[in-house]
Amino acid sequence: MSFPWAKNYEPKQPLMKWLDEKLPLPRLVYNAIGAGYPVPRNLNYFWNFGVLAGAALVIQIVTGIVLAMHYAANAGVAFNSVEHIMRDVNAGWFIRYAHMNGASMFFIVVYLHIFRGLYYGSYKAPREMVWLLGVVIFLLMMATAFMGYVLPWGQMSFWGAQVITGFFSAIPVVGEPIRVWLLGGFAPDNAALNRFFSLHYLLPFVIAGVIILHIWALHIPGSSNPTGIEVKDEQDTVPFHPYYTAKDGVGVGVFLLLFVALTFFSPNLLGHPDNYIAANPLSTPAHIVPEWYFWPFYAILRAFTFNFLWIDAKLWGVIAMFAAIALLFFLPWLDSSPVKSSNYRPLNRKFFWVLVVDVLILGYCGKSPAEQPYVILSQLAAAYYFAHFLIILPIISRIERPAPMPNSITEAVLAKHADDASAATA
Amino acid sequence: MTSETDISAGIEDGVRRRDFINIAAVSFAGVGAAAVVLPLVNQMNPSADVLAQSTTEIDISAIQSGQAIKTSWRKQPVFVRNLTPAEIAEAKKVPLSDLRDPQTIDERTKPGKENWLITLGVCTHLGCVPLGAAEGENRGDFGGYFCPCHGSHYDTAARIRKGPAPKNLVVPPYEFNSDTVVTIG
Repeated sequence: MSFPWAKNYEPKQPLMKWLDEKLPLPRLVYNAIGAGYPVPRNLNYFWNFGVLAGAALVIQIVTGIVLAMHYAANAGVAFNSVEHIMRDVNAGWFIRYAHMNGASMFFIVVYLHIFRGLYYGSYKAPREMVWLLGVVIFLLMMATAFMGYVLPWGQMSFWGAQVITGFFSAIPVVGEPIRVWLLGGFAPDNAALNRFFSLHYLLPFVIAGVIILHIWALHIPGSSNPTGIEVKDEQDTVPFHPYYTAKDGVGVGVFLLLFVALTFFSPNLLGHPDNYIAANPLSTPAHIVPEWYFWPFYAILRAFTFNFLWIDAKLWGVIAMFAAIALLFFLPWLDSSPVKSSNYRPLNRKFFWVLVVDVLILGYCGKSPAEQPYVILSQLAAAYYFAHFLIILPIISRIERPAPMPNSITEAVLAKHADDASAATA
Repeated sequence: MTSETDISAGIEDGVRRRDFINIAAVSFAGVGAAAVVLPLVNQMNPSADVLAQSTTEIDISAIQSGQAIKTSWRKQPVFVRNLTPAEIAEAKKVPLSDLRDPQTIDERTKPGKENWLITLGVCTHLGCVPLGAAEGENRGDFGGYFCPCHGSHYDTAARIRKGPAPKNLVVPPYEFNSDTVVTIG
C-alpha cells in the first residue's frame, strides 16, 4: 500500500518491460526504496539509523562469510585458528577487526534507532507491528552477538558461554537439563562451540528475513516523522529517491568514517584483553563482563542479590533481565497518549532523558565489579527502568497536557522556515 | 470433471469420505513430522563420548591440612580441600537457621573423613569457578570460596552465605577407594 500520489513504475526499455512482466523485481525496489515510495518531507538525521543498521548487517554478513572460510569450530583449534586469521591470512586482521567492531557499530546504530523510536513515539498506532518486529530483531541480534563472541574460544568467550547458559539453570526443576541440552555437555566444550557456530551463521539470515517484514510493516502506514503528525496530502511528502537515498548516503558516509576510524586506530577499544587468552575451564577471569552492548541488561541481572517472595535471587535476576526486554513488546499499549512526538510532550520529553541517563547508569554498573556502590546503584537504576515503563509512562500519558501542534507536516516545516527567516533578518 | 453432487454422493451423518481422508492424511503427516523432530532435538543432548568421561580418580595424598587442589570431572572443575580443625569447628558453629541452603558439614563430607571437603568448583549462581582453592586467593567473607563474577561468598563447608547464588557448592558423588585415592562419579 502506498499513498495515491505515489509515482508509478513505468519501464521504458524493452528488456525492463519484459522483466516487469515476468518478475517485477525492479518494480518492487522502485516502490520500496525508489521514487515510488513517498516519505514525509521533514525527516531529520535520526531517521538514518534504520538504513545504517541495514548497512551494518551487510558488513557483518560479508566479513562473517569470509571469516568462516578460515575459522575452525573445534575447541582444540578454534583459538589458534583465530590467531591464524590475525597473523597469517592475507588481510585477515582487517576482516576480523571489521567484523568485531562491526558488531559494536551495529549495536550503536540500533540503540540510536530504538531511542529515536522512543522519543518520537514511532511505536504507536498505526506502527505497532513495526515496533514489535523491531524488538524481535533486537533479540535475534543479541543471540547472534553472544554466539559470535563465543567462537574465538578465549577466556571471555568460554566464561560468557558458561554464565549465559547458566541463566537457564535458574528455571526450577527442568533448568539444569535444559542447560545440558543447550550445551551438549556439562560445561561449554566442543559440542557447544560447534552448534554456536552453526547458529551464528544462520541467525543473520533470519534477521535479514525479519527486517524485510519490519520494512513491509512500515510501508503500510508509511514512515513516521519528527512531528508525529500523519501525512495528509502530497505536499507533505517527497519521493524516497532521490531525497532520502541522498540523505541516507550522507549518514552512511559518516557511519563508515567512524567505523574505519575505530577499526584501524583502536580495534580493541571495545573488546576485553582476557579474550586473547585461550579458554581455560579451570580458571575464571577475575572480572568477567559481557560486551558493552549487554551491560545494562547484565546490571539488571545482577541487581537481585536477595531472595524475594518464594523465588530465589538467581531466578529473579534472570526473570528481570528477560522482562526488561519483553517489556518493550507492551510499550505501544503502555503509552496511551495520542501525541506521538515528544517535541509536543513536555513531560514525556523530560522522562525520556531520565530514562536515557538511567540506561547509561545501568550500563556503567554492568561494566563494574559486583561490589558496592555498584550493587545498590544498579538496584535503584533497575527499579527505575521498570517504573518508567510500568508506572511513569502510563501516568504521564494520561495527565500530560501536550503543546500546541501544527495542523500538518507542511505547516510545521513552513513555520520553521519562517522562524529561521525572521531570525536571519533580525 | 467431478461435480458437487458427485462429491457429496454417499454422505452419511453429514461426514464426507473426503473429510476422513483429509483428517487421516494430515494426522499421518503430523505424526511423521513429530517423529522427525525427536532426533533433531535429541542430537543436542550430550553425545556418548561426553558421557563417557563420567568418572575421575584422584590422588589426595599430597594435600596438606589447610590446602586445596583443583581438578576436573566431566570437564567441570572440582575442589578437593583438606580442612583444618579450626575450619571444621567454624563450620559446625553456624546455626542451620543462618543458612540459605541448610546442610551440616557432616552431610557434605564422608563419615570419619570430615576434613575432606570435595565439591564442584562451579558457582551455583551462573557457573563461574570460585576463588579460594589456590594459595593466596580471595576466600571471601566466610573463609571458604568467593566467586568473583557476581560476588557469592561460601563458607568453610562451601555453603552459600552471601551473594546471589541460591545453593551450596554441589558435592559430586564420590567414594574413597583407600585413604589417599578418591573416585569421583
